[in-house]
Amino acid sequence: MPTRLVFDSVTKEFPGVRALDGVSFTAEGGRVHALMGENGAGKSTLLKILSGAYSPTAGLLQIDGTPHVFADTAGALAAGIAVIYQELFLVPEMSVAENLFLGHLPAKGGIVDRKQLRAEALKHLAWIGEEIDPDTKVGHLPIAQRQLVEIAKALSRGARVIAFDEPTSSLSSREVERLFAVIRDLKSRGHVILYVTHRMDEVFAVCDAVTILRDGRHIRTFDTMAGLTVDEIIRSMVGRDLKNVFNYSPRPHGACALAVQGVTGPGVTAPVSLQVAQGEIVGMFGLVGAGRSELLRLIYGAEERKGGTISLGGVVSDHTTPRAAINSGLVLCPEDRKRDGIVPVLSVEENINLSARRHHAAGGFVLNTGWERTNAEKHVASLGIKTATLATAIGFLSGGNQQKAILARWLSERVKVILLDEPTRGIDVGAKSEIYGIVQKLAASGVGVLFVSSELPEVLGLADRILVMRGGALSGEFNRGTATEESVLRAALPGGN
Amino acid sequence: MLLVFALLFAACSVFVKGFSSWVNMESILLQVSTIGMIACTMLFCLAAGAFDLSVGSVVACAGVVAAMVINKTGSVSVGVLSGLAVGAVVGLSNGLLIAKGGVNALIATLATMQIVRGIGYKVNDGKSVGVINENFFLLGNTYWAGLPVPVWIGLGCFIVFGFLISRTIYGRNTLALGGNPDAARLAGIATDKIKIIIFTLQGVVAALAGIVLCSRMTSGQPTVAQGLELDVISACVLGGVSLTGGVGKISHVISGVLIMGTVRNAMNLMNMQSFDQMIASGLILLVAVGFDRIKQRGSGR
Repeated sequence: MPTRLVFDSVTKEFPGVRALDGVSFTAEGGRVHALMGENGAGKSTLLKILSGAYSPTAGLLQIDGTPHVFADTAGALAAGIAVIYQELFLVPEMSVAENLFLGHLPAKGGIVDRKQLRAEALKHLAWIGEEIDPDTKVGHLPIAQRQLVEIAKALSRGARVIAFDEPTSSLSSREVERLFAVIRDLKSRGHVILYVTHRMDEVFAVCDAVTILRDGRHIRTFDTMAGLTVDEIIRSMVGRDLKNVFNYSPRPHGACALAVQGVTGPGVTAPVSLQVAQGEIVGMFGLVGAGRSELLRLIYGAEERKGGTISLGGVVSDHTTPRAAINSGLVLCPEDRKRDGIVPVLSVEENINLSARRHHAAGGFVLNTGWERTNAEKHVASLGIKTATLATAIGFLSGGNQQKAILARWLSERVKVILLDEPTRGIDVGAKSEIYGIVQKLAASGVGVLFVSSELPEVLGLADRILVMRGGALSGEFNRGTATEESVLRAALPGGN
Repeated sequence: MLLVFALLFAACSVFVKGFSSWVNMESILLQVSTIGMIACTMLFCLAAGAFDLSVGSVVACAGVVAAMVINKTGSVSVGVLSGLAVGAVVGLSNGLLIAKGGVNALIATLATMQIVRGIGYKVNDGKSVGVINENFFLLGNTYWAGLPVPVWIGLGCFIVFGFLISRTIYGRNTLALGGNPDAARLAGIATDKIKIIIFTLQGVVAALAGIVLCSRMTSGQPTVAQGLELDVISACVLGGVSLTGGVGKISHVISGVLIMGTVRNAMNLMNMQSFDQMIASGLILLVAVGFDRIKQRGSGR
């Protein structure tokens, strides 16, 4: 008997902003229902209402006809709802079995019954067809398997509605296929599956219906994938046609801006040498774990280089700290913006000005509040950063807007070379296009750009030259004109060539 | 929290006998001047996400050393400078241990707290040092423009450190460091240098407070200021400074210190037993922090 989930005029207001505005649509059981929209569209908020983390300001949910307004997450769990987030909520130090039964371990007279725990765990793991030893510590499992444990945990609690929030961002393609197989299996059992993603290829691979939100409002629900095109989805998401997301135009290259020679260090197993010219955009592709982020951090000086030299503008630079790098005109936009990028409690304005403010301070010491306000306003406008005010704590902004603020931080500095680590991760199509424009404009002004990306179309669409890393070493180099998806991918795959 | 202080003040003026006299006001200000000074630098420490338990010991040790040097050299200025030097050395040691040595701040300052207290006792065999040079007493016991000098010093600290935390790069970088140390470092902020400066400055200010206290008591006593560090941290937290770092303004410090001072003063005027006072102080801290939690939850965190 398939379940049915109805969102009925769900509205959510926060002080100063309406995150959701009368969102109504139905997700039928036995189908995978995609939930898409630009960052800030309201997808996360909707999921939080579904899971009971938030209560709606107005409207309600209906599961199989019964209306629900959850006061807390326990209520949602009891009603059969499970949300699988990117940040998995498992306890790494405990075993798989203990995690599956967190809060209700089988016990005899107050003492945990290990034998029964193991037996029950095996039973639940069998539901998702996964052969994991229930006694393994969750922290020792790769992310893909942890995710499957989360799913098993949800099923063990009798979940009938399972929502996934960007589940594949850390998975290899084989693991993605495994996840899809599990999802199709859940689908066949009549569960309602909600699937939040930005990835078009996944939507067409595994989903049966698509709901699109924009600015907190429900725009359209496509009940069938037949005849649906990527263009149409994008149009609904941004409200305009995005014929060419990249808008690539070639530009002249100058002298060498960055020369990396024989660099080794943590995560880089063989000495890496590469060059980036002024005005050139070099894209670095590779699988998760190939060592790209580690290489960028070594170049920047965030990690100590074991060997090799870095030259900026033809001059060897011995910068060993981020500060020294910035002073030489080399900046890094980190991969994990929450952990390494933003200071969540400080305002948007302060986060943007964090580095460059010292150039404008009186005596290098006293803040120049006039400059700070003007600089922040300038970048908020030119990058389209959506924030209630400049003084809002940046932790409240959506991921995409946070990323733009970090870009603004570096655009406020005198940059000669910019290192970008997954600059459009978790960002919607509209904002991605904007960022591509910003990067190209930056390059056109003479900056050398080296960016790391796990999205093949992005690397092929934006870069003048493509480097590939595999297992901690460089494995291929391609020019824009001659690179193909297949050849680049082959260079990235272990045993590919 | 300034509002809370205003309400509290009003309530005490009405209900507590003897509260709203100029003499009593002066008494409160004088009482809080020691905690107030050190709370200004503790603000930076907490804002950076760190802890400093050694300040009480520095107060005592600096006072003793200053007194001994004044007696031995006959010069007030040399004595004062020696006391300040003690504070600087202790602070610098804390900073190096924590920033370069990677020792947890709580543990490092817990250790220096013991060591410095011990040194304070050892330099004069555990005895207090009576100061013979009367010029020294001027520092702690004279008035200037109607208020005791120590109160002016405290006020000066509020102004200077208030300016530093809100209007200088050093202050804002301190908050960034406490708010997200990894992001601050990647953004080019010299996190080690800032920590060292914070602890060194705190050592110097604590030493200054110790010297002023010594002047007020006319002797350097190795037993003073036990538990002062907890009072200072409580005052900061009471006023709204976050223990996790990244949040802190001078108004928090001012309100926390004034509230604490007012409550203590009121309890004394009401002739409360010192044991009851201890219980009451603890409860007030809990209530204030709870109040702060509720306020935070309301702002959508």
